[in-house]
Amino acid sequence: MKTILTPTPLVSHPDEVRIVSKRFGQGATSIDRYIELDGYKAARKALEMQPEDIINEVKVSALRGRGGAGFPTGMKWSFIPKQSDADKYILVNGDESEPATCKDRLIVEYDPHSVIEGTIIAGLAVGAKLGFIYLRGEYRYLLEIVERAVADAYAKGFLGKNIFGSNREFNIITQTGAGAYEVGEESALMESLEGKRGLPRLKPPFPAIKGLYGGPTVINNVETIASIPPIIINGGKWFASFGPEKNGGARLTCLSGHFNKPGVYELPLGYPAKKLIYDVGGGIPKGRSLKAMVPGGSSTFLLTREEAESASMDYDWFAKRGEFLGSGGVVAIDDQTCMVRMALCIMKFYQHESCGWCIPCREGTDWLKKTLMRFHAGGGMEKDIDQMLYLAENMAGRTFCALGDAAAFPTISIVKKWRDDFEMHLDGKPCPFEKKGARERDLAVV
Amino acid sequence: MRFSEELEARFARLASQYPWKRSALIPMLLYAQDEVGYITDEVVSDIAHRLELSELDVRNVISYYSLLRTKPAGKYVVQVCTNISCLLLGADELFEHCKHRLGVGHTQVTPDGRFSLEEVECIGACSWAPAIQVNYDFHLDVTPEKMDKVLDQYATKAQA
Amino acid sequence: MADVNITVDGKKVSAPAGTLLIEACKSAGIEVPAFCYYPGLSVQGACRMCLVRIEKMPKLQTACTVPVAEGMVVTTNSEEIVQARKATVEILLGNHPLDCPVCDAGGECELQDMTFRYGAAESKYMEAKQHREEQQWSPVVYFDRPRCILCYRCVRVCGEGMDVWALGVQNRGVTSIIAPNKQDHLECEECGMCIDICPVGALTSGAYRYKTRPWEMNHVGTICTHCGDGCKTTLGVRRSKGGMEIVRGDNRDKSGINGDFLCIKGRYGFDFSHHEDRLTQPLVRQDGKLTPVSWEQALAHVADRLKQVRDAQGGSAIGVIGSNRTTNEENYLLQKFARSVLGTNNIDHHRTADYPAFAKAIAGKQNATATLRETMTAPAVLLIGNDPTEQHPLLAWNLRTNHRVHNGRLYIVNSREIKLRRQARAFAHVPEAGGESAMVRYLAGEENYASQIETAGFNRDAMRSFRDAVKAEQGLVIIFGSELRGDDVQALVRFGAGIGAKFVCLGDYANSRGAADMGLYPDLLPGYTDLARGSGFAQEYGSVPQQPGMDIVSMFAAAQSGRLGALYVVGSNPVARYNIDPAALKNTFVVVQDMFLTETATTAEVVLPAANAYEKSGSFTNTFGDLQLLKKAGDLAGVRSDFELIVRIADRMGADIRKLVPFGKGVRADMGQSRGAQSGEADRHMVWLSAHNLEPKLSPFDPEALLDEIERLVPGYNFSRLKLFAGHEAHTFAPEHSSVGQPSAPETIVPANDTLFTSGTLGRYSNAMNSVIENRRAPEEIPAD
Repeated sequence: MKTILTPTPLVSHPDEVRIVSKRFGQGATSIDRYIELDGYKAARKALEMQPEDIINEVKVSALRGRGGAGFPTGMKWSFIPKQSDADKYILVNGDESEPATCKDRLIVEYDPHSVIEGTIIAGLAVGAKLGFIYLRGEYRYLLEIVERAVADAYAKGFLGKNIFGSNREFNIITQTGAGAYEVGEESALMESLEGKRGLPRLKPPFPAIKGLYGGPTVINNVETIASIPPIIINGGKWFASFGPEKNGGARLTCLSGHFNKPGVYELPLGYPAKKLIYDVGGGIPKGRSLKAMVPGGSSTFLLTREEAESASMDYDWFAKRGEFLGSGGVVAIDDQTCMVRMALCIMKFYQHESCGWCIPCREGTDWLKKTLMRFHAGGGMEKDIDQMLYLAENMAGRTFCALGDAAAFPTISIVKKWRDDFEMHLDGKPCPFEKKGARERDLAVV
Repeated sequence: MRFSEELEARFARLASQYPWKRSALIPMLLYAQDEVGYITDEVVSDIAHRLELSELDVRNVISYYSLLRTKPAGKYVVQVCTNISCLLLGADELFEHCKHRLGVGHTQVTPDGRFSLEEVECIGACSWAPAIQVNYDFHLDVTPEKMDKVLDQYATKAQA
Repeated sequence: MADVNITVDGKKVSAPAGTLLIEACKSAGIEVPAFCYYPGLSVQGACRMCLVRIEKMPKLQTACTVPVAEGMVVTTNSEEIVQARKATVEILLGNHPLDCPVCDAGGECELQDMTFRYGAAESKYMEAKQHREEQQWSPVVYFDRPRCILCYRCVRVCGEGMDVWALGVQNRGVTSIIAPNKQDHLECEECGMCIDICPVGALTSGAYRYKTRPWEMNHVGTICTHCGDGCKTTLGVRRSKGGMEIVRGDNRDKSGINGDFLCIKGRYGFDFSHHEDRLTQPLVRQDGKLTPVSWEQALAHVADRLKQVRDAQGGSAIGVIGSNRTTNEENYLLQKFARSVLGTNNIDHHRTADYPAFAKAIAGKQNATATLRETMTAPAVLLIGNDPTEQHPLLAWNLRTNHRVHNGRLYIVNSREIKLRRQARAFAHVPEAGGESAMVRYLAGEENYASQIETAGFNRDAMRSFRDAVKAEQGLVIIFGSELRGDDVQALVRFGAGIGAKFVCLGDYANSRGAADMGLYPDLLPGYTDLARGSGFAQEYGSVPQQPGMDIVSMFAAAQSGRLGALYVVGSNPVARYNIDPAALKNTFVVVQDMFLTETATTAEVVLPAANAYEKSGSFTNTFGDLQLLKKAGDLAGVRSDFELIVRIADRMGADIRKLVPFGKGVRADMGQSRGAQSGEADRHMVWLSAHNLEPKLSPFDPEALLDEIERLVPGYNFSRLKLFAGHEAHTFAPEHSSVGQPSAPETIVPANDTLFTSGTLGRYSNAMNSVIENRRAPEEIPAD
């Protein structure tokens, strides 16, 4: 089944720092054009370096995982044992599924070789000879792009038994998943790649010790991996200089929802959220005001307008509040939006995506979804509000993997911060935000 | 069973490229579905056989992933995202529009077998919301008017 | 591994490194609740019930996934933890149907227990519940999804434990469901382990569901009457019109030799017991037809005729055939009756293994037989012939568990590709007809046999490395089937003894070994004792004929030629098993004691309805030599135990019953005379007897009166009574005793060839065994015993 490629629109803003988006829209899917644009220089340089030096450079760069958890990449690499009887692997996580996040697709669409090059360098750093680029199932068109890029790299001798004439071997296998949010979790990703149900694994052992096929495995997000070549070329210090301490580089920030200028922008870490909303994002359309902001994918605690306007878009600002910067997916929600409906939309997603392995997540997301449906439809009772909070709080921190937390956090924040919205639905009242004559629709389980 | 030459070649490659053969399962299922339309009992037993797995094991995997289906769908599967970013920009209305236009509901197939409709979760096109996918093709910034054009195109293609 | 020290709820606990916290807590008497955790199966961390607080860890941790670490400080019971567990139960109950009033598991349900314990009493759930129709997966397995809590125990026990892998998990999230391997039904070993292990009522038994409530039954732990492994099965019995009806077989208390295990036969195969074809009245042939008569009439008739034949033609004109499924006491009594009252050595039974050759081969060796339990822990096992998965399911379970949990090494010699080869480190696939025997000779160093076993798949190198590997093993257990007889057994023991191995000879039925040990042989006294060296028995019995008697085949030949005046058959069906022309018996007075009108019974002049092993007490010896007590569970009006029938016939023949069954003597002996009044053992025995509503040996029908004699006279049966009466097995050593006689007539050995779904005559009358579809692919069934 051939896919139709409609190029994804690109945007720009003067405050952008073009590190991974440097080659967007410049024809870099062609390997020759990529090489013209300084492509594969980093891999050649890395071949001359000692593995420890590569890892050190990445440590200095203060690059943190772009998938959402923000774990320091250099440290992750350093956990891989130098000696290992089992083969080691690099696994690039392109299962981009966090709602509101659509950045990795741009990298693969416009600059697939940067991912390949980053994977090669990661392999050199930890001593792996095989890398996998795993894309979410919906991204079939990207698989076609990256498959072509991989073939071109093999043809040039950049991949294979003797990469760049160095007598060293590195291979890449590409594939897609088949539709499962949970597979974005690193251990579930390995399960899926091994041809199984995408269920999370028990940790320990951590992937760095016993991962894919039982071997030590580095798992990095696409954007993280694409950040590696520029770090190797320009040095870790250069990369670190863009953001606050321990928050190196820039990150692709996906603006969606009620923004006048939605799109994916590469902004330095620590960028002020107020500027992000009103300058980069162009403010809220239709003269409305901001009611809530999702800082980084639907798994994060939502921010009120006041909180959002004072936020700094870096890992530590959020961590200090016990919250999360997340995946780079920023959603603006205007003042005409029903937060009960938002909570329902979010919970419907997690209920659909819960893998079902553990009780609190499997049953809790379903219960919450059903309650929110009833509540939003006007069947809510006062005690439901506290009951929802009780359920979410009893899911948080109790589940097998982080999906339970991901479902609980936004719910907790919405119920706590927009309790008024819930109270407006009580006593059988119709949703005050739904437009008159808005159709009733069945929110059947998808 | 025998698939097309192209797919047989792909299967041969898939079955040999991974450190563990079983890794080929999900890609094989996807490609077989693309060719056959859905994963039939025959496809299950064929792939189970090729990868030396039990049929139960294959079914356990199939039923986990939302893109894999064991029932026929339309030639073009219209998938409307109603997750947060799309919802904020009218995805509900868009889905209603499709229901009207196609005359079918969620996971139903049009009587002529050309289309099926699905409400789906986030498809990773949030900054270009609302977005839809028809089979693997993305259509971004969709309005009801644009939706009609898109469906017309596929209807024409289906005729050809 | 070295022990590590941890603190749990302020208590110092030490456990070997690597122990899971939940087990370490258990060992200190601290229970951490769990649904998904199950000892011996892989760890899941799915139910989140076992959350505990470990100091220095940010979140609550699952005790089932965390191994103990030195200095760990753990809290298992605090407000926070109780709240977490309570919430999990509440969340679980949301979608649970709460149909406890009609659920089979009601009263035996772990979810009920947890709900009660954590006080999740308030029903907070107001939404519509996920409903799904109940599914029937097989005649014996039903699945009710709404009740399922997805602990995955069933999936694991079927896959990891049974190596069947017939259950999977399908869909995801709240629609996740346990699925059978054939989409809408199961094709498996039908063991029902999934039902036993289910903590709730999601998996229910076709045999038991909706029949009764657990508290309306009495639960009697006894020994299964099917194969030779001797599993404990707990029979749930309920009063019915005809006595006590067995309504359930299961393994809930796990206290038996079988631990967690039970197969289809032990679990469902009790139903022959209340089959409508059960005989409940004595029958005597009148005008050519078997006609119901009174017990008085029937017994008088039998006694008169036997006495008549004995007195007129001598004991050698009477043949006696015993059973593989009657108790040791009954078998012992039967041979004693034959030898001392009938005055004949013409006693035999349907032999399924060459126990006499085995005894001859290991005679005089110490500790040369392995117990059943050892097969689970032995560092290495060599299995020659047989297919334990079909014929000795518990042994197969033990071998699999040994492989999986203890890294035991399994070596297999077989002419068929038996399922256990999947666990084998090496599999010698030998040719059919004699392959096993030739391989044994090869193992024993007779190189010239190599050519007989060489095949394309098993070449000389493979042969050599197989032998080298086996020879290098220490602590090897060698298990062999009826493929090996006579000299082959000798050769095998020679080989094995050289490397310090222990042995197991596999016989087919519940008390095949007991029948052999108790001397159901024409030329061997109990304990395989040579007739010539049986003075102890002769003294006790008064006299024992010195000439060897006829074996089972010769008896029928004698009947054919008119030399057999009478044939007394107890619990056996030789006419079918040995393919005897009923006409051969036309001049012989045949008495049959059985549950059903078998092919043999239909040739009889008198048929006496007998109780089965679930309806009496006594003991069985499994094929490993492990002695276990039976307890009376079921009861059927009109039938009598074989023991009682033998005594009554002897009595009517004028025998001295006190000599035959030393009742009365036993009471004094047990009150302390034999072991000293201060030993305490007798007292405990009395306590045990009264707690179980058993009378001390005051009646000639009490088999325990004979157990004393067996213990005293049968070599190798000097077992620990305390162990036995406490409900455990006691290993016996009859084959190892040194005065064994010569084995004979290996050609009369006819293996039962039962599968998981057949069980000789009993299998014929078991609806459960006949109903499962797997039965249809079973090899031809030969009804016997």
